[in-house]
Amino acid sequence: MCTMIAHQAKIEGRGKSGQDWFEVREANVSYDHPYDLPLEHALNIDFVNEAAGPGARVAVELSVEAARKLVQTIEAVLAQAEQRGVLEDLPQAVSR
Amino acid sequence: MYQTNQYEGMIAETITMQGHKGETINAYIARPLGSGPFPAMVTIHHAPGWDEWYRECTRKFAHHGYVTISPNLYFRDGHGTPEDVGAKVRAGGGIPDEQVLGDLDGANKLLRSLPYVSGKVGVFGTCSGGRHGFLAACRLKNFDALVECWGGRVVMPKEDLTPKQPVAPIDYTKDLSCPMIGIFGNDDKSPSPEQVNLHEAELKKHGKNYEFHRYDGAGHGFFYYDRPAYRQEQAVDGWKKVLAFCEKNLKKA
Repeated sequence: MCTMIAHQAKIEGRGKSGQDWFEVREANVSYDHPYDLPLEHALNIDFVNEAAGPGARVAVELSVEAARKLVQTIEAVLAQAEQRGVLEDLPQAVSR
Repeated sequence: MYQTNQYEGMIAETITMQGHKGETINAYIARPLGSGPFPAMVTIHHAPGWDEWYRECTRKFAHHGYVTISPNLYFRDGHGTPEDVGAKVRAGGGIPDEQVLGDLDGANKLLRSLPYVSGKVGVFGTCSGGRHGFLAACRLKNFDALVECWGGRVVMPKEDLTPKQPVAPIDYTKDLSCPMIGIFGNDDKSPSPEQVNLHEAELKKHGKNYEFHRYDGAGHGFFYYDRPAYRQEQAVDGWKKVLAFCEKNLKKA
């Protein structure tokens, strides 16, 4: 059953849905029913742009193990980039 | 039981209806052809959305002789594929219980206004829809039978209460106004067997007319043939129990 465990992060980025890229403004992270992964509950990430309607969505459904690996990998990549001094701060990101 | 020399026909379509606070929402309605009178059913879609399974479920009840309506509880959240809209609602922590009750009341009133409806109206829901069904059968006084399939979060710890879901449905048990059938899988995590025990104990305590059927080897959503959770034997038996319950309480009552 729906756990209703959901958090939203306001983010800035781009997502590709079909052939087209769109501006991503929110990441909705939930631990709840997935649509396609054959599990009762999964770690779901929806990269969306709420202002553009429900179809502006890139969805990922992960097992718990996969989600933890992803978090670790993102952290590792960011740490490496920081070490090399190539991290760009948010103000440098260019909005389309 | 259908006989092979029997005429059968059905009409199914999308309509608009008045929901909570008189707001217009859309709904899917299916009914047997003929003048009736037919008993009626409201099918409450599950958390993943107003999807194909629910259209089929709505037609299934119509096939069994019920004028059946499935209101789109996510109408206010925009339009797109059921999955995209469902994901949006999931991210927002679901929809408010009061709004759902308003929409279900609207669906009930619409059914009762139809000239081919007998005056008996049941309510069916799975997952969050099972929870909403239980709430409706307690809070609204115009349903004649409730089918609750694995309604999770009927039992809610205080820390799970939110402005959208401010009261645990189990706290309304004393107000349950119609007979109910509950269908549950013993491997389900929500509702867990312990939560189903609490749900049943509360019904017993208040002397309610209920029957629970709890299936081994089945978890959450075991009627959903399009999900790995599907359990053929348990689902077939569960549907038999549901239809027998509806016949007794909506057709023969």
